[in-house]
Amino acid sequence: MTDGSDHVFKALADPTRRHLLDRLYERDGRTLGELEAELEMTRFGVMKHLRVLEDAGLVVTQRSGREKLHFLNPVPIRLIHDRWIDKYTEHRVSALAELKTTLEETA
Amino acid sequence: MTTMTEQATQMYAVFIRATPERIWDAITKPEFTTRYFYGSAVDSTFVPGTPYKGWTSNREQQLVDGEVLESDPPRLLRHTWRALYDPETAEEPYSRVTWELEPQEGGVTKLTVVHDQLEAAPKTALSVAGGWEYILSGMKTLLETGEPLVST
Repeated sequence: MTDGSDHVFKALADPTRRHLLDRLYERDGRTLGELEAELEMTRFGVMKHLRVLEDAGLVVTQRSGREKLHFLNPVPIRLIHDRWIDKYTEHRVSALAELKTTLEETA
Repeated sequence: MTTMTEQATQMYAVFIRATPERIWDAITKPEFTTRYFYGSAVDSTFVPGTPYKGWTSNREQQLVDGEVLESDPPRLLRHTWRALYDPETAEEPYSRVTWELEPQEGGVTKLTVVHDQLEAAPKTALSVAGGWEYILSGMKTLLETGEPLVST
């Protein structure tokens, strides 16, 4: 993951993995068992997705006794933001994002 | 809409194309920290038991207060943390920050920051949540390109 943006884009290209990141965003430091309980998926499937997220650096882990805790690591997304959003389009993107939020809130 | 809740343990990692020694300098020398750490100047001898402080770049206002707990250059640095830049976080108890540097193949070093013991410091936990990713991506940019991130 040196210029790991290929891995990051690939990892983000899957709805289950984005769902896992959303669960960790709400509360991180979770075990495999806790994450598995929230997804209708086999333990093996969840492990496979977590591995892809770990390889992309989007999930980092820490051992706590016998448990492995999973943390959301937002730094790779920040780097993509700095590389792609800041540089070219921040102004326009934020205007559109605001419009979307406003429209969806009033809908 | 999901909102970020305060996390008692936070973990951040970044791969930087630099040696652990250069990254250690970037963490411990004010001439580096002022360029990626919200302009703040680190101030410490990095001897366990001595203070760890962060100041505004003109040294007039102290932003961070702490104590060095462990220092093993260029592998591990651990210190306590109390954010003085906000009166609400300044009232909260000290939390703990651990910097870990692990050399990888190909001249790359993995830098991991764990900010924990935030159970009694929820305002600090919220306040630093967006901060560390900004600091680490800024440090990567500085070390790899020699240029600080330009804020827009």
